[in-house]
Amino acid sequence: MERLEIRQKVLNENDRVAAALRQRFAEQGTAVFNFISSPGSGKTMLLERTLERLPLGMNVAVLTGDIQTDNDARRLARAGYPVQQITTAGACHLDARMIERALANWPGEEFDLLLIENVGNLVCPTSYDLGEQAKIAVLSVTEGEDKPLKYPSAFFKSSAMILNKTDLLPWVPFDCKAARANARAIHPEIEIFETSCTSQQGLAEWCEWLVAKVDARCVAA
Amino acid sequence: MHEMGIVSSVLDAVHRVAEKNPGRRPSKVGLRIGEWAGVDLESLRFCFDALAPSEGFRDLDLEIDYRYRQNRCQRCGLEFRVKDYEIQCPSCLSDNTIPAGGEELDIAWVELQE
Ligand SMILES: Nc1nc2c(ncn2[C@@H]2O[C@H](COP(=O)(O)OP(=O)(O)OP(=O)(O)O)[C@@H](O)[C@H]2O)c(=O)[nH]1
Ligand SMILES: [Mg+2]
Ligand SMILES: [Zn+2]
Repeated sequence: MERLEIRQKVLNENDRVAAALRQRFAEQGTAVFNFISSPGSGKTMLLERTLERLPLGMNVAVLTGDIQTDNDARRLARAGYPVQQITTAGACHLDARMIERALANWPGEEFDLLLIENVGNLVCPTSYDLGEQAKIAVLSVTEGEDKPLKYPSAFFKSSAMILNKTDLLPWVPFDCKAARANARAIHPEIEIFETSCTSQQGLAEWCEWLVAKVDARCVAA
Repeated sequence: MHEMGIVSSVLDAVHRVAEKNPGRRPSKVGLRIGEWAGVDLESLRFCFDALAPSEGFRDLDLEIDYRYRQNRCQRCGLEFRVKDYEIQCPSCLSDNTIPAGGEELDIAWVELQE
């Protein structure tokens, strides 16, 4: 019997496709963000509100993953930007191949900003690189402030955490300070935004950060 | 549940090893999995047992080397296990420590029988 050392990442095929996507996004000057959260934290609504606030003339596209339906794509299409639904047929995450295939439906298009809404799940999507510039974790105040501790890899791998549904704070016991501290215990440099998609509070700050990332990207390209 | 996808990637890799080593049969595969890899070991084993036979591996064993979250102290260099999200260095008490392992999701080795 012989033991052969392999030392290869299990998801190296996905990583390879993701690296090619990242290269292409860099060449085309596309800033790409991958939004992850539990089901119902408000990813789609946050993207709807974000699209309303982006500067006119910014070339934006949206991909949204869903296990079964195209409801989110229909909601997002109302903003007038190109949107595609990626139905994962049961898979609990998007992978790099799905992004590659979706982009092939927009031949010749180059975007300034590509927003990707992952499938609602805080575990699986964190393992699959999509070639994004950054992951953004959305956590709503109805989920409990210990979520970052329960799902550390999601928060460790995200550049920013958005604490959403802050309009509900008067009615739910949620300690924003503890949520921030928990996220920073996992990832000291994580950016934190507090937003409400209904009252609009905090959205300006979040969008300013996002637009600054897009602008920085375009200069580099 | 993405353990099925992980198992099928593992089995693909084992198939490639088998192809490169004609006449020998893979008998065991070793994975290295970190505490923060986002993988549920129970369900990984379950998927492995379900999928391996249908992929043509009748007696393939799975061994998992589980790695706890580790941080390295930027002041004294100590590597220590992070328990309960406590990132402070247990030796010099510095808070300036950085992740140094525990996210692995690797195929470490494959054993071949003649
Ligand atoms: N009160 C309040 N409700 C919100 C807010 N953001 C989203 N919601 C509501 O929360 C529910 C879920 O929002 P979605 O945007 O569909 O959440 P999602 O994360 O896209 O959900 P999945 O795609 O199914 O994972 C909807 O009923 C939204 O109207 C918010 O800031 N405040
Ligand atoms: Mg949605
Ligand atoms: Zn130390």
